[in-house]
Parts: sequence; structure tokens; C-alpha cells
Amino acid sequence: MKTPVTPRLVEHIPIPERPFWKTLRQQKVLLLMSVPFVIHVIIFKYVPIWGWTLAFQNYWPGKSFFDQVWVGFDNFKWLFRDPIFYQVLRNTLAMSLIQLVFGMVSSIVLALIINEVRLVFFKKAAQTISYLPHFISWVVAANLVRDALSTDGGIVNELLMKLHIIKEPIMFLGIPKLFWWIIGASHVWKEVGWGAIIYLAAIASVDPNLYEAAIIDGAGRLRRIWHITLPSIRPIIVIILIMNMGYLLSSGFEQQYLLQNGRVIDYARVFTIYELDYGIKMMRYSFATAVGIFRSVVSLVLVFGANYIAKRMGQERLL
Amino acid sequence: MKTRRLRLTKEDLILDFVVYTTLICLVIVTLYPFLNTLAVSFNDALDSSKGGIHLWPRKFTLYNYRSLLTRNQIYNAALISVLRTVLSTLFCTFSTAMVAYTLSRKEFVLRKIISFIYVLTMYIDGGLIPTYFLMRNLGLTNNFWVYVLPGLVTAFNLIVIRTYINGLPESLIESARVDGAGEFTIFVKIVLPLCKPVLATIALFVAVANWNSWFDTFLYNSSNPKLSTLQYELMKVLQSANSMTGSLEQALAQAATGSVNTITPRAIRATMTVIVTVPIAVVYPFLQRYFVHGLTLGGLKE
Repeated sequence: MKTPVTPRLVEHIPIPERPFWKTLRQQKVLLLMSVPFVIHVIIFKYVPIWGWTLAFQNYWPGKSFFDQVWVGFDNFKWLFRDPIFYQVLRNTLAMSLIQLVFGMVSSIVLALIINEVRLVFFKKAAQTISYLPHFISWVVAANLVRDALSTDGGIVNELLMKLHIIKEPIMFLGIPKLFWWIIGASHVWKEVGWGAIIYLAAIASVDPNLYEAAIIDGAGRLRRIWHITLPSIRPIIVIILIMNMGYLLSSGFEQQYLLQNGRVIDYARVFTIYELDYGIKMMRYSFATAVGIFRSVVSLVLVFGANYIAKRMGQERLL
Repeated sequence: MKTRRLRLTKEDLILDFVVYTTLICLVIVTLYPFLNTLAVSFNDALDSSKGGIHLWPRKFTLYNYRSLLTRNQIYNAALISVLRTVLSTLFCTFSTAMVAYTLSRKEFVLRKIISFIYVLTMYIDGGLIPTYFLMRNLGLTNNFWVYVLPGLVTAFNLIVIRTYINGLPESLIESARVDGAGEFTIFVKIVLPLCKPVLATIALFVAVANWNSWFDTFLYNSSNPKLSTLQYELMKVLQSANSMTGSLEQALAQAATGSVNTITPRAIRATMTVIVTVPIAVVYPFLQRYFVHGLTLGGLKE
């Protein structure tokens, strides 16, 4: 899951005393250096918003904008009547929540564990290795997951059989009910180390005097973790939790797309897969655009809601 | 520290045991899939399908690599992957730094509005279909530049670099201005060299993202095999692992009939995975600190 942390960009600037246009002319080099890229970002990021008009038409490629049939909110009505839509919503929320909860818990635990290591070499090595999967693509990760879970010589089946937990290899990726958990587990496998960095940084900034005092009071290491480390990083945990809530609908789809197959599709279909299937494959462009609008708007509300809550809790964030 | 180590309590010992065991398990679980795939890629394909390959090939062969690397399809995809990564990294880093510099100039009158335009893009998302149509209308489908152009300057990278430039001593820029240097000269000659650490980090992230990207190939360039990338080729092999009707497998299976050696989908996937992962795995240990630096750069201003 993305870690949505951003410093503020917009600041208050004093109003220029000279006339605006005169100043602008003087700053023509700065203009030349930035305006082409502003045009670029408007084309690539803002023009697609204009494309939202597609959702209110019965869009047919090749016709001009004015010849399209306008249908109002019909596409949205169909969307809310489509049982697949509710399936997609359920899958997206379920997998996001599983990733969020298990991702955060595992990263926090890992950070606490790494912090307890005293051998510097071992600490460094374990950290370096734990970040590695973050930098490989989901295509590679999905390949590795598929191999690990395969029925012919996959390590998971092999281990379970050696331990006599199962008698025959299980086709894990073919069981619909397991799909969410496979997505959750592979997410944890890929991101646990990377996610721990933020908590490690927070732990490093805890006042050492607190630990000294606790030692004098006779607190063991476990009690120091419980009574000092965890409460000290609680603000960071809360903030990351809230920020991730904002991304509940927009967390990745690559994983699901690359690991799904026909048998589990009812549990694997998330928003982008839905949009791809209806939009690109079935060419129901207007309907798929409506799906995209729903996702964007709800995400926007979630992100701003998360920001608002974070601000209310005394954490300055974004904008 | 030292005095504490002398009197280890029972709790310390148990905790140490748990800590080290967990971390060793984590390291094994993280590395095993990679090493297993590496072993399979160097093992005879038919032999691998019997199972039981773990960390070391049983019947060593280079045949898997030879049969993949001699295929024009893979060779070409590798070329495109490298090209898009290099070009994106160069263009993206330079242009982001340039815009970031203008936004760091307090006297720049459009500073606020430009910042706002960029920040807003972090919250809004046009969605798949409108973006797809935009690319099509711009002639960027079946076009190499769809890999480079859309992500030229992103808000997040912009903020990171701008924050860094704001931290530079203003006097350096001022003295250059007194000496008569123009804005562009100041940017290229003074700001860029000073920004090396942050630029390295951003460049690295852009490079990794580009190397790992497959969705843009899938969406915009899938009908043109000349513009395919390594990740997309690997993705196709992965997808056809279900149906086993992938063109690459068929071609390879055909190529293999008549010769003693054979290649299986599993071997192809393993070999491709290694080819795709090696560049990252090789640079990773050396550049690790830059990778991690990026995270602390971007966020968490407490």
C-alpha cells in the first residue's frame, strides 16, 4: 500500500508590489522553464476529467462530441443496479482492509523486532533483505507467488505435506474463498520491510531518557516496548492508519489482475479490472467511465475525510 | 549497553531468541522464492517438472537462457525496457528539477497557482477510460513515447525536490545573480549540482517504476510487438500459464521439437523472472541507502 506522506507545497507568499504584468515580463525565463510543463500536466491530468462527460452519453467512437446521444445519469443507474458492481465494491473493500490491517500490524511488529537486534551487521542485513521485494514488480512477485503455491512442487504444498497437515497438494489459487487471503499474504510478503521503515524512524526518535528511567525502575525489555516504544509511536500509527483509510478504494489492482483466474474471478474483481472488462474488452466506454467516476469521487471524499480527521487530531497534513 | 549485556535475564534470552528466529525466518521467506526461481532457471526444464528443486539446480543447463535470449522478441523487449527506463529517468529528473526550481523562487508570481495545479493532481484521477481515450487522441497508442511523456513531472517528485532546493543556502543563488547569471544558468550551474543527492533518489525511483511497469504496455502498446517490454512479456507468459496457449510457449515448443532439449512454461517463467529481476537485484545493494533516503525525504516532517 502506498504511504501517503507529503509535505506542504502551497505557502502564503507576499503580494508583489510591482504591477503583475511587468513582473511577469521580467520573469520570462522562469515562465519558460515552468509553463510548458504546466501545459503538459493540464493535458495529461486535467483533460481526462473533461472525459467524464462520456459517462453522461451513450458514447460511440467516431461520432463528434455534439452528435453523441446524451443519456443523463442512466449509466449510473445501471451501475447501481449491476450486481457485479456490489461484488466489486465488496472485493475492493475486503482486500484493502486485509492489506491495511495485516500490512500495518506486520510492519509495526517487524520494526519493534528489528529495533531489539543488537548485532549491527545482522540488523543491517535483515533490513536490506526485507526491503528488496518492494522494488520488484508485481509481475515478478505474482510469478513467485504462483510458483510457491503451485501443486507441482510448490514449496507451500510441499511443506504442508511433509508436516502431514495435508495429504494431497491443494490448488490454493483455484479456491475462491482463499483469494483475498493470498492477496493479503503476498502484500505482506512484498511490503512488510518497506512499511517498517517509517516506524523504525519513529522509534529512533524516542527520547532515550525514557528508557533509562524505565531501566532504573526495573522494567524489562518487553515492558519497555509496551509502555514506552508503542505509546511513543502511536501518533505515527494513527496517522498512517487514517491516511490509508483514504486509499481504501484506490489501492492497487496489479496483484489481483496478475493472480486471478476464471475460477476465482468473483472474489478477485476489483475496480480497475471491472473498468477494463467493461470498457476496453466489451467497449461499453460510457459505463466504464461511470465506474471510474464513482471510484474517483468516493476516493476523493475518503482522502479529504481522512485529511480532515487527521487535522482535527492535531496532525498537520497536506494542502 | 555493555553493562546490560553482563546481566542477561531470562526475559532477555527469550526475547533475543524470538527476535533472531523471527528475523531469520523473514529472511528465508523473503529470499527463498528468488533463489528457487534462480535454481529452476538453471535446471533442465523436463527435470524441473519432476519437482524437488529447491536452492540448487539438479541438472545444470544454460539451455533455458540460450533459448530465450536468442529470441528476437525478448531481445527487442529488453531493448525497449532499457530505453524507456533511461529516457524517462533523464527527462523526468531534469524537468521535475527545473519546475521545482521555479517554484522555489519566492519572487516568482505564478508560484502559487502552479503549485496548486500540481498538488491537485494528487487528489483527482480521470480514470482508466478517459485517460485511454486521451492517449488515443494524442496518437500515443502504439507509440514509444507513451512510456515517457505522461509521467514527466509528478506532484510528489516535484514537492520532494522543491523542499530540498528550499533548504539550500539562498546566498549561493543570490551571489550568482549578482554576478549576472540568468535563472537558467543558475539552475544548471548551481542548483543542479547541489541537488545531486535528492536527484539520485528521484532518478532511482523513476527508473525502478519504469523498469517495473507493464500496465502501460498492456493498455496502449499491446498490439505492437516491437514496443513490448520485458515486464509485459513476462506478464504474458504468466497469464498463459493457466491456459498454456501463449504464443511464446508454442513457438518455443516448436523450436524445441527435434532437439534433445525441451523447455516448459515453468522454465520459461523462471528464466524470464530472473532476466527481469537481475538488473534491480544487482544495483539494489549498492544504492539501497538512496532508496531508503527517498522515503524519509518525501514525508514525515514532524
